[in-house]
Amino acid sequence: MAAPERDPLTGYSTTGHEWDGIKELTTPIPHWWVTVFLGSCLVALLYMWLFPSFATTTGVFKGTLGWTSEGQLAEEMAAGRAAQAEWRRQLADTPLDEVERQPDLRRFAIAGGRAAFNENCAPCHGVGAGGQIGQFPALVDDDWLWGGSLAAIQQTVRFGIRSGHEETRDSMMPAFGEMLSAGEIDSIADYVLTLSDPSAAASRARLPGAELYAANCSACHGAAGEGGRDFGAPRLDDAIWLYGGSKQAIRQQIATPRMGMMPAFAGKLDDDTLRMLALYVHSLGGGER
Amino acid sequence: MDAAVTWAHAARSHAIPGYNEAIIRRFTVATVIWALFGFSAGVIVAAQLAYPQLNLGEYFTFGRLRPVHTSGVVFAFGGNALIATSLYVVQRTCQIGLWGGPRLANFLFWGYQAFLVIALSGYVMGITQSREYAEPEWYADLWLAVVWLTYLAIFVGTLVRRREPHIYVANWFFLAFIITVTVLHVVNNLAMPVSFVGAKSYSAFSGVQDAMVQWWYGHNIVGFFLTAGFIGIMYYFVPKQAERPIYSYRLSIVHFWALIFLYIWAGPHHLHYTSLPDWTQTLGMAFSIMLWMPSWGGMINGIMTLSGAWGKLRTDPILRFLVVAVAFYGMATFEGPLMALKSVNSLSHYTDWTVGHVHSGALGWVAFICFGALYYMVPRLWRRPLWSHRLVEWHFWIASIAIVLYITAMWVAGIAQGLMWRAYDAFGFLQYSFADSVAMLHPYYVIRLIGGVLYLTGGVLMAVNFAMTLRQPVPSRAPQAAPAPAPAS
Repeated sequence: MAAPERDPLTGYSTTGHEWDGIKELTTPIPHWWVTVFLGSCLVALLYMWLFPSFATTTGVFKGTLGWTSEGQLAEEMAAGRAAQAEWRRQLADTPLDEVERQPDLRRFAIAGGRAAFNENCAPCHGVGAGGQIGQFPALVDDDWLWGGSLAAIQQTVRFGIRSGHEETRDSMMPAFGEMLSAGEIDSIADYVLTLSDPSAAASRARLPGAELYAANCSACHGAAGEGGRDFGAPRLDDAIWLYGGSKQAIRQQIATPRMGMMPAFAGKLDDDTLRMLALYVHSLGGGER
Repeated sequence: MDAAVTWAHAARSHAIPGYNEAIIRRFTVATVIWALFGFSAGVIVAAQLAYPQLNLGEYFTFGRLRPVHTSGVVFAFGGNALIATSLYVVQRTCQIGLWGGPRLANFLFWGYQAFLVIALSGYVMGITQSREYAEPEWYADLWLAVVWLTYLAIFVGTLVRRREPHIYVANWFFLAFIITVTVLHVVNNLAMPVSFVGAKSYSAFSGVQDAMVQWWYGHNIVGFFLTAGFIGIMYYFVPKQAERPIYSYRLSIVHFWALIFLYIWAGPHHLHYTSLPDWTQTLGMAFSIMLWMPSWGGMINGIMTLSGAWGKLRTDPILRFLVVAVAFYGMATFEGPLMALKSVNSLSHYTDWTVGHVHSGALGWVAFICFGALYYMVPRLWRRPLWSHRLVEWHFWIASIAIVLYITAMWVAGIAQGLMWRAYDAFGFLQYSFADSVAMLHPYYVIRLIGGVLYLTGGVLMAVNFAMTLRQPVPSRAPQAAPAPAPAS
């Protein structure tokens, strides 16, 4: 314990306490600190008066503004819907191929489709729909597994592919590893590789795989590898390979095929959104009439 | 007087036989080692965010390593620093050695390190309660409770036997920190283990109550662990290093009680616009607003203690660490109430702005005040002058640039994220996909990574400085040995 003493630098005296050489000054609390502290308490009380802010055993004080976060959400959603109501009404009344011919309505639908695509489809197909090699098809080219017309795209978006929905697009490629020998699969792979090679057009028929292809593959993929959209059977004559175009990758796909799955969006998204999605995907570059 | 204690500065702090300094030396070494560990983990997770291909295998992934970083800096680096400084301060300001003797203190040291190793290795193996800052599972929590109560007993036992009539303000804050953390830890970790031979447990709380308890805990880990405890550090080391009296005794009383009373209520601001009832959210926001000035009371008392001694900032990098820390404390505690406002929070929540805010407090306030305290303590604990003041200067400037890079990158990234998520096109549709907002972050994540590497570099310089300090021989005679004041009794 030391006696209070005057600090020469600030003019205030010390309290007389001392710990390990540390003393304390008797400087008064700054006025601005007290003012701002009480002011912020008043602001806090004002908030509590305006908004729901405390509960008792019998209920909740709801605040004088009548504000709730659920109410705010409902209001903002309603305002958003009201702003789009006219566009959505027009869209609902117009067949999709007719929308294609109305520039303003089309612009609205494409904007809505793009937002819905970014939220729901981009995780697999990518922002911009470039797809992911080895995983998910690109939607910007004209290579369609199940068809690229507005109606076909809408069908796929609504019900999905192998989705379990009762109207889903569905097909299954057999695992030829259990039916054919390794040598036969090898021959087929050699043959399939020539289908997209124009210089082999004359010679490919003489390959040992030609007969095997005709017997096992052509029913779905077509005699010349032109694909079969009724079964989602990919074209083999265009050098676009979802699961890889090396001989090894093709052999693997013949022996133990991978088949993509896409969820059904009917029931998850409203009808407007599904139609806008179809229009958007159709507009990306590969849309067919 | 002990012949070894003749170095001028050491002599000035009353070295009374009976102080347990060995335990503080241990905690100090642990603090420096865990600092490098925690900063390195931070650099790794920052790199993984900027370059996702660095997530390797099962164990070396962001999800497993992120809590290793947070616990590594908060509880390992920060915790060891708090225990080291509080035991240093309580002995000197009470003029008595630690209650419980060296064996209890050693139990505290090894017990705490054991907790850290059990908890951190568990995260990597995927053992976690998934509660932020409370990830350790039930068995680690039980062990920590035992260790923490030991800490409380040592601290209170020492206070009770003090040879000073009054309890110094630093000790109020240390005591508030130790007691509140006990309560927070026990309540938030109430859980039922699935089996007593397995790691998994289920929380005693469910649904929104669970979220509320967790963020009552989470917010007050910031409030009492990372704020109250470190204000305790400030109240001893700032006046010691500045050699000035505390600015205002009255302010210290008022802001102590205001801070302690108000902080504990502000947790709901972490759950704005969730299923937490509206009234609870408003209440949390109101208390956050009221908390602004009590926080600034500490800043005023810390910075204004330099009244009349501002010139020392030019020449003393240790004092600069301490004072810049307090300035960052002021900045972070202004930003905090601002972000607790619902309208601001609706922009900032879930974005990197929050990450930037936490790090302006963590890097700028918590770690800087620790660095200052470590640079003060190490020469006194090992009784030899610091190896290089020039290296302290380098540490200060490298770390300062690191913070600026880190927090500005996160401000820009966070605000851009918030704005992109709420951007609508002319028709009222969302303008951007979530993936767009992720792609936008990359350059800012790289800048953050550079900031982290610089901060770690500063930490390495500090460790080198300490290692070289310890390698020096004990000076047999000080250049101008000041007469030691008689121990107060």
